[in-house]
Amino acid sequence: MPEYTLRIRRYSPESGEAAHWQDYDVELDGHRSVLDGILQARDRQDGSIGIRCSCRAAICGSCGVRINGKPNLACHTHLDKAHQTAVDGVITVEPMGNMPVLKDLIVDMDAVHWKKIQRVTPWLLPEGEAPEREYIVPPESMIDVTQTMACIQCGACVSDCLSMEVDPLFIGPAALAKAYRFVGDPRDGQHAERLRNLAEDEHGIYDCTHCFNCIEACPKGVAPMSQIMRLRRIAGADHGIDDRNNGHRHEMAFVNNIERNGLLHEADLLPDSYGGKFHPRAMPELLSSLPVILKAVARGKVTPAGALLHKHKASKEVKRIFRDVHDREERYELNLYVVGEEEDE
Amino acid sequence: MPAHDVLIIGAGLAGQRAALAAARTGATVAIMSKVHPVRSHSNAAAGGINAALNPDDSWESHAFDTVKGSDYLGDQDAIEIMCREAPNEVLWLEHAGVTFHRNAEGKLGTRAFGGASAARTYYIADITGQALLHVLYEQLMKHHEQIDRYEEWFITSLLQDDAGNCTGAIARNIRDGALEVFSAKSTILASGGAGQCFKPTTNALICTGDGIAQAFRIGAPLMDMEMIQYHPTTLQGNGILITEGARGEGAHLYNALGERFMEKYAPNKMELASRDVVSRAEQTEINEGRGFPDGTVALDITKVPRKRTLEALREIVNIGRDFAGVDITREPIHIRPGCHYIMGGVKSDVHGATPIPGLYAAGEVACVSVHGGNRLGANSLLDTLIFGRRAGEHAGERARHVAMPTPDRGAVNDETRAIDEIMSRSGGRRVSAIRDELGTMMNDKVAVFRDEAGLQEAHRVVRRLKEEAKTATIDDQGSVFNQDVLSALELGYMLDVAECIVVGALERKESRGAQFRTDYPKRDDEQWLKHIDLSRNGDDVPTVSYSPVTITKWEPQERVY
Repeated sequence: MPEYTLRIRRYSPESGEAAHWQDYDVELDGHRSVLDGILQARDRQDGSIGIRCSCRAAICGSCGVRINGKPNLACHTHLDKAHQTAVDGVITVEPMGNMPVLKDLIVDMDAVHWKKIQRVTPWLLPEGEAPEREYIVPPESMIDVTQTMACIQCGACVSDCLSMEVDPLFIGPAALAKAYRFVGDPRDGQHAERLRNLAEDEHGIYDCTHCFNCIEACPKGVAPMSQIMRLRRIAGADHGIDDRNNGHRHEMAFVNNIERNGLLHEADLLPDSYGGKFHPRAMPELLSSLPVILKAVARGKVTPAGALLHKHKASKEVKRIFRDVHDREERYELNLYVVGEEEDE
Repeated sequence: MPAHDVLIIGAGLAGQRAALAAARTGATVAIMSKVHPVRSHSNAAAGGINAALNPDDSWESHAFDTVKGSDYLGDQDAIEIMCREAPNEVLWLEHAGVTFHRNAEGKLGTRAFGGASAARTYYIADITGQALLHVLYEQLMKHHEQIDRYEEWFITSLLQDDAGNCTGAIARNIRDGALEVFSAKSTILASGGAGQCFKPTTNALICTGDGIAQAFRIGAPLMDMEMIQYHPTTLQGNGILITEGARGEGAHLYNALGERFMEKYAPNKMELASRDVVSRAEQTEINEGRGFPDGTVALDITKVPRKRTLEALREIVNIGRDFAGVDITREPIHIRPGCHYIMGGVKSDVHGATPIPGLYAAGEVACVSVHGGNRLGANSLLDTLIFGRRAGEHAGERARHVAMPTPDRGAVNDETRAIDEIMSRSGGRRVSAIRDELGTMMNDKVAVFRDEAGLQEAHRVVRRLKEEAKTATIDDQGSVFNQDVLSALELGYMLDVAECIVVGALERKESRGAQFRTDYPKRDDEQWLKHIDLSRNGDDVPTVSYSPVTITKWEPQERVY
């Protein structure tokens, strides 16, 4: 039977000692999980090792930890795989980040994670009286929200959310994915109100910086960041809700710019991001950017003629790509549960 | 000291449903669990929930399938109630926000399941239990003003007054070790099953029979304890569950010779016969040398179209990949029968009331009995919700008519001493060693096939382990998240439950449902069409008595699938 060394972060608030590492050797097949390893250490060597755990099958969400520095469920990580990514062959296990540690590998989920879940009004708010039988809804909509229903509230995404690290008040990936579960649910009657609320909060959907950490961290394929982006898209495109960071208009400026010119014409980008050269919002932005513009002109990076008169025109191929996208009946969404016809072999 | 009209112990589906129902009666409610509610084992119910909701289906058909599945040991009055109320319960869930699978018309869609004569299983991919549990927790958060939640509190014992009424419980706050009396006019046990008495098991580590033992210890009788369901499709080694939904979607079973062996055992229903029938068939194939060398047979899910598997069985695609290294969309996966569910439990009536006044039980901890000798797949979620709601309503009503009990402060001192005693022990066996021996032995002697000699041996081992548990030692002396001391208390619960399972199995000298005695291979309605009740008898072997099976309209027949 192979042997593995687990280096576990220990902390007992009652001991008066600082947190420290402790090594445990365990004997298990490589396909058994890091949780099995921790439980063997607890059973045979030290019963005081603290870790929440229950199902052993990645469905209860109890055993979120950091293994070799990366968040995951301990039951969802094989010992041999963990061994491969371990420095010096020692598998390190420590508590998740962004949440206070209570003991050893146990963090205070209530103080952070569950507070944020409560922030998004996490229950269905249907409009009017319930029907006599079930609500009739498109079958795809239920499959679509299954991806967010698959969230087991383990906190792995919260652990490594970079935005939350700099803004602890950020609502965060898990809670915003939960919010999508209602915004994507046709039975909910408060889509606009929910989106407006999450868009206007400075710690809301526009506080995410697209770092992908939560997508990588999630053991259930919930892809929280994708859900946040879908909230943004629905807010902007379907409800005309202003993006407090101007990101949506900036994105649209890019898209329109390419559609028009084929290549990016940078001089248009800034004014277009604020509604166009003649939009009242654009003027102060252009003025504040004047020193940069002048510097660029002085160094020959742009010429007034090049900036104002250009001859790029989008080619037929570019136009065809845009037509393809525009002609789609539905927004193109990445969702694990929504699969196309038989995948290629 | 906290006092509530209704105290609910356990926060899986039965407990959460009870809390919402009790709150609707106007009662003050506390719901308590040793884990956060969404960690509860209801999560693991993958396949779905049964209800005769289609106009061309009928509750009578659902009830008959359940009666037949139970091998006629289920109480038919309770089964009628469950099946009659099922459609409205599913609609209630849908209105509360459950994201049930829809058919092409946008209405609730179904899948086929074992032992059922119609496709009446409603589902959310293969995360039905999880989706239900999380939506009910949404409702608990919504109703936070009426329902106090005590998350990560461990019950050490139920309280009883001199007249025999249950008056609440003593619980330890896992976060800081403080013990507290929770007074209640009505107490509902909803703390789940006892699969950890077996190793391996599909059950979570928390399923240690706490509520069954706590009720037993204050005098509540247990019923049908010998009926342990072995699920036909679990992974070898770690016991992880592969949902029956796989067979519901069309997967086949093969032995090592490539034979679709269910043709021999259940020519009509094939892989979708009752679980006891399929598990016995698999075990027979394995025992007679037609299994694979690792003691398994093969489940072939490649029969299901790949797109359908990825959409409706996504979770077991992950389980196959992560826990067995198999891509189930491309190759068969090796499985075998594994301990999964206890049909027995705390004897309770159709309102969840136990013979102890003020004490209710609902869900797997209880035995109404709607499952009798064998539970049908997708009837467990239904059981938790129907009888959780009924218990909540009845317990809330009861609270209107009784006074708030006065807390028994002395009980806390006794409990503190008992826990201090555990922490001060030295020289005994480790708690974990006793637990391992118990589980391995039970899975060996009290499994799919049983006989007198094996059960007698099992009983001797359990009695010895009970003695050893009195001096079993732990390492952790702390107060904050001392899971070690809790494991010692859980071991005590598991041993009480294990003894009752063994005593029940020894007593029933016939084969019915999940109980197959190789020394009594036939069902014997003349002698054994009755429940076995077990009551505490001090520290001695539990006392056996019998109670009749309620038969309304379905007389026992021979059971073929």
